[in-house]
Amino acid sequence: MHSMTNTRPRLTVNGLYKQFLLHGQGGLEIDVMRDLSLTLQAGECLVLAGRSGIGKSTLLKMLYGDYRIDQGRIRLHFDDGDLDLEALPTYAWHGLRRDVIGYVSQFLRVVPRVAAVDVVMEPLLARGADEAESRRRAETLLARLNLPERLWRLPPGTFSGGEQQRVNIARGFIGEHPLLLLDEPTASLDAANRDVVIALIGEAKARGTAMLGIFHDEDVRERVADRLLPLDGSLGGLSNASQTCRESLS
Amino acid sequence: MKKPVLERPVLLDVQGITRLYGPAKGCEAIDFQLHAGEVLGIVGESGSGKSTLLRVLAGLEAPDAGRVVYRRSSGEPEAARSDVHEPDTARRGGTQALGGDPQANAEAELDLYAIGEARRRALLRLEWGLVHQNPRDGLRMGVSAGANIGERLMAQGQRHYGQLRATGQAWMGQVELDPGRIDDAPRTFSGGMQQRLQIARTLVTRPRLVFMDEPTGGLDVSVQARLLDMLRTLVRSLGLSVVLVTHDLAVARLLAHRLMVMRRGQVVETGLTDQILDDPQHEYTQLLVSSVLTP
Repeated sequence: MHSMTNTRPRLTVNGLYKQFLLHGQGGLEIDVMRDLSLTLQAGECLVLAGRSGIGKSTLLKMLYGDYRIDQGRIRLHFDDGDLDLEALPTYAWHGLRRDVIGYVSQFLRVVPRVAAVDVVMEPLLARGADEAESRRRAETLLARLNLPERLWRLPPGTFSGGEQQRVNIARGFIGEHPLLLLDEPTASLDAANRDVVIALIGEAKARGTAMLGIFHDEDVRERVADRLLPLDGSLGGLSNASQTCRESLS
Repeated sequence: MKKPVLERPVLLDVQGITRLYGPAKGCEAIDFQLHAGEVLGIVGESGSGKSTLLRVLAGLEAPDAGRVVYRRSSGEPEAARSDVHEPDTARRGGTQALGGDPQANAEAELDLYAIGEARRRALLRLEWGLVHQNPRDGLRMGVSAGANIGERLMAQGQRHYGQLRATGQAWMGQVELDPGRIDDAPRTFSGGMQQRLQIARTLVTRPRLVFMDEPTGGLDVSVQARLLDMLRTLVRSLGLSVVLVTHDLAVARLLAHRLMVMRRGQVVETGLTDQILDDPQHEYTQLLVSSVLTP
């Protein structure tokens, strides 16, 4: 495991609760998370463990600001102080996502007409990085992930699931965010590309990136996880509630 | 690792804006702040009051009550913005138009409906921009594309014909229009081309704050996608602050950092765009989000 120069965690989560209230279903209340706590060090990959479908993504979405935080504290630690995400004003999230928290979701949200390479380099451009250098880095990553060069200039809307996922992975890793959330990044990849992702995770650890991930593939999990966080206690017994909720909302 | 700098100065401070045409027609008691560099989406169905609110914010229609305060000292310093096609004379001309009084420029806050018609119009022309849903409302249909783009620059004091023309051609390229058509009138353009021309005409002066009313509203879906991508790029590369009105949640998802949901003239929910669309709290927002058809 990565040697730690700093024993202070990068992220502390305390007593997190999440409930969905569905007005359209007669005010149905669904508890999807209760009293969840964790700490995460720099250079560590913590893997969320628990039955399939208990809503592990919910935690990642709360950390990324996709879901609101009902109760509890999510605190990021920096050399010069802490930042509490549950108290963060809305306008500040944009900058936080640009500079601090990265997210590799399961599915690529396709922007029509934007070429794969432009999708990948966007996080760098958002920070004002040089365009030629950003493009070079994006192409290097896409080549490493074995995406055929003829696809780089095409919009990923028509790509296969595995190709889209690799675009998504490249976009997620290019920014080298200090905190990276990984939602099944290897789900639809072949063995060779799984190995590339595992190598990318290893390099991120060496840089000191703190990672929180969901990996269903047991082999991948064993190779990347420094620790497992069992979630059946805080998410379990809630019977696929998050999924039910998502479906009724979308 | 150092804490990131997340503070952003407030550019627009909207306080208790009410403009009603009848009970629940218009907008009522609207408060919000727009921070520099933010894209705020106002979403809601037709009749929700979002367009009325935009007209009040953009200086087109005085409110019954409330204030719209523009904090000009926010954001980049004036000097940092004079890099593009704006010789000193142009900026000085602008300053004079905004009050004819050197002290006016030093004013940190401008109360939009207290500064008087002339100064308000100058502000709209010189520091703000407005993109109408229908390009015909934002363009002069009878004069050339180049003249349309050059008009705001001329209002800022630019008179050099060659320079205006070069800027016009550069901007046509930027919005993916053929610069060879600079002498053609917009009425010979398609709807999508007209909309891109309107955007070039609005952004040529590098406004700090841009209001957009359903900018992709009347366009074919294929044309919409192209325009959305272009707007995203321009917002990022010019560092624009934007108030965007749309009924289309997909457009809001792609362009807006955060959303305000309106219904019957009132704001029912605000939040990060992803929160509003993925974790809506209010009954109406849940209904709105779950009613979207996905192919």
